[in-house]
Amino acid sequence: MIVHAEALRREFVVGKRGARRRLAAVDGIDLRIEPGETVGFLGPNGAGKSTTIKMLTGILVPTAGRLSVCGLDPVSRRRELARRIGVVFGQRSALWWDLPLADSFDLLRTIHRVPRAVHRARLARCADVLGLAEFLATPVRQLSLGQRMRGEVTAALLHAPPLLVLDEPTVGLDLVSKERLRAFLHEVNTEDGVTVLLTTHDLPDVERLCRRVVVIDQGRVVADDELEVLRGRFAGPRELIVDLAAPAPQLDGATGLPGVTGSRVEADGMRRRYTFGPATSAASLVAEVARRAEIRDIAVHEPSIEDLVRTLYAGARPGG
Amino acid sequence: MLALYVRLLRAGFDRHASYGAASVAGMFTNIVFGLLRVGVLLAVLSGSGMVAGYDAAATVSYVWLGQGLLAVVLLWSDGELAERVRTGDIALDLARPWNLQAAIAATDLGRAGHAMLFRFIPPVAFGALLFPFRWPHAPLTWLAFVGSALLAVVVCGQIKFLLDLTAFWLLDSRGVRALWAATSGVLCGLVVPLAYFPDWARRVLAGTPFPAVIQTPIDVFTERGNPAVLLGVQLAWALLLVAAGRAVLARATRRVVVQGG
Amino acid sequence: MAVYRRLLASRVRGQLAYPLSFGLDLLAQALGQTIELVVIVVLFGRVHTLGGFGADEVLLIFALAGIAFGLADLVVGQLDELPRWIRTGELDVLLLRPLPVLAQLVTADMQLRRLGRVLVGLLVLGVVLTRAPIAWSPVTVLLLISTPLVGAVIIGSIWVATCAVAFWVVEAREVANAFTYGSSLSTAYPVTVFAPWLRRLLTFVVPAAFVAYYPVLAILGRSDPLGRPDAMRYAAPLVAVASVAVAGLIWRAAVRRYQGAGS
Repeated sequence: MIVHAEALRREFVVGKRGARRRLAAVDGIDLRIEPGETVGFLGPNGAGKSTTIKMLTGILVPTAGRLSVCGLDPVSRRRELARRIGVVFGQRSALWWDLPLADSFDLLRTIHRVPRAVHRARLARCADVLGLAEFLATPVRQLSLGQRMRGEVTAALLHAPPLLVLDEPTVGLDLVSKERLRAFLHEVNTEDGVTVLLTTHDLPDVERLCRRVVVIDQGRVVADDELEVLRGRFAGPRELIVDLAAPAPQLDGATGLPGVTGSRVEADGMRRRYTFGPATSAASLVAEVARRAEIRDIAVHEPSIEDLVRTLYAGARPGG
Repeated sequence: MLALYVRLLRAGFDRHASYGAASVAGMFTNIVFGLLRVGVLLAVLSGSGMVAGYDAAATVSYVWLGQGLLAVVLLWSDGELAERVRTGDIALDLARPWNLQAAIAATDLGRAGHAMLFRFIPPVAFGALLFPFRWPHAPLTWLAFVGSALLAVVVCGQIKFLLDLTAFWLLDSRGVRALWAATSGVLCGLVVPLAYFPDWARRVLAGTPFPAVIQTPIDVFTERGNPAVLLGVQLAWALLLVAAGRAVLARATRRVVVQGG
Repeated sequence: MAVYRRLLASRVRGQLAYPLSFGLDLLAQALGQTIELVVIVVLFGRVHTLGGFGADEVLLIFALAGIAFGLADLVVGQLDELPRWIRTGELDVLLLRPLPVLAQLVTADMQLRRLGRVLVGLLVLGVVLTRAPIAWSPVTVLLLISTPLVGAVIIGSIWVATCAVAFWVVEAREVANAFTYGSSLSTAYPVTVFAPWLRRLLTFVVPAAFVAYYPVLAILGRSDPLGRPDAMRYAAPLVAVASVAVAGLIWRAAVRRYQGAGS
């Protein structure tokens, strides 16, 4: 296991003199991550995602619980761990602010004792995929956010760590940059076997990149499974939208349509919406409707991952 | 209009009321430096018991009053105004329908008021309790001292104002302010009583506003000289510097407008 | 090792790129040190001895202490920025690198202008050496060379230990000032000028007296007027070692505290 956390707990003391209390930002998190996985951490603001990441990377000491990352205790073996993980913070920079980007890479090469030739090859590959060549000579403080993030990810991977941890890496990026970054991370995972851990509010990040999702809320794990499994268990109903050639009153009553849980008529009978569960095949439903009426067009709406996450949060909150 | 400046006065006071830990830390520094300075100056006294009219009690009072006044007049500028000039934010300040010089002065007086209570009293009390201290003999001296401290705040504030204004011409006024930071202690009489200096040096300093910032209020408190004269000199410098500040600001404003802000 | 050299090299190059600006900064620092010199001269305009020492002897102490302070300021002066690193969270980035935090902070920058103080100290030293009653010998020469260096280590240790307070209470940074700039003041004079309790503090708790006072006693071939054993005059290197050890412990505890308290 590349990350093993048991009953991880982190408390903070908040409040002013006289009204102090202990707040548990992380309240008993269990986590087991195998090498090569891609895991997305989801959770509302203040759920404890960043705190968990800080504990995993050795910046913060857990108040209680056991934690082992790459086989090491993050706090006591901080420097050893630093050689085996790459970390990217969305809001903080690991690069040297007023030096050209290439100089930052070179300094990191020296810090991590990477042989020159190996460094050159790795940098060339990153530069190629992420398009770094055009701004390698620019001081970091003059880079756009998208350029900087590409630089940060490259910097985190230059020493070929088996584990890459990213805290909100796509915040503030434009769509093109986001997609580029996701594609690169996907490639790094599938081709090099790098384990990728990602916290994000950007659900498409998760969809595109993560096979597994861990949902954290109020310091606890609310759901931890493969994305597809979660979708199957928690996802809301799907929707079939049928545009008819002519109003079809014979469809009223919706009798005999397999798995339909609700229906609605719109546009003066020209459009019908059917909600149905995950167990039903959309194709069979379309075939049934087509047998009874003339269809001009159809659309199937899958529950969005936003819906999935909302359901998960809602499930956790009341009483949680 | 007056209400605005009173409001600023209160704001200046309140703003510093919240810096609890920093104030305590500042007090600690005052006390450490006070103890060191007292040591050195009393050692000077050890042979003769009296130097340039200062005996042990007067020397001790000089040091602790100086440490206390340091935070009240705030000898060293934080460069905020100069920074605003450098970034161009000053245009916002100048566009407001107020007198910028008066606004800054009002805020500063509010701050000084807070400092008088929380940064002046502790070191002086410390010194008075642990060392022989020279208290005023005449009751009127207390009143004169408050007036003198007030004038000192104004004089120091205007000096800092003028220094910050150099940013309009120098872009990077850090050098000028560093120069002030290095020399102001000695010139204002914070480090060594100005009476210790050779005669020629004292004559030169008398032609500058610097003694009015620290040495003069201390002299008023320890009753060295005629309070009316001391306060009169301070007042003259205060008026002169306010006028100078006004003139320089006007020129600077014109410069900003001409350059397009 | 190479990493630190490279980090510093780019910083240093940046400073020397603007020679005029650098020159002025250097001058400002030198001026700061000169002002203290002016104070001593003014005081000796009124008396002949200070704490039992004549003008040249006090200036010798002042010069050596000034060089020591300037060197310490040059190497660890960066730590004054520690509150900013903590507040912005940039310290976390340092924790993520496989290097000691202190080394990274110290090499993040090196303000060469601080050499201004060292230059003034050297100048005064040069003048004083021709006038002071020094018992010249190979040992004396060794002492003259080693004292500023050893003194810099002592002051540097005080600097590290007191700046570490920022990890506990960020706004209390000024407390560190009392010790660091207080060191500059307290080491410039013979420790005999201070009251007995302060003297003991400056000898056994914050070892300012070993930066220049005791070594100068040895250089002048004098015994301690306070009656302390003559061996103490050569104890500065030992004190330096002890200071480094203590500062190291405090610093490590401080970083652990940062990881424990979080941000």
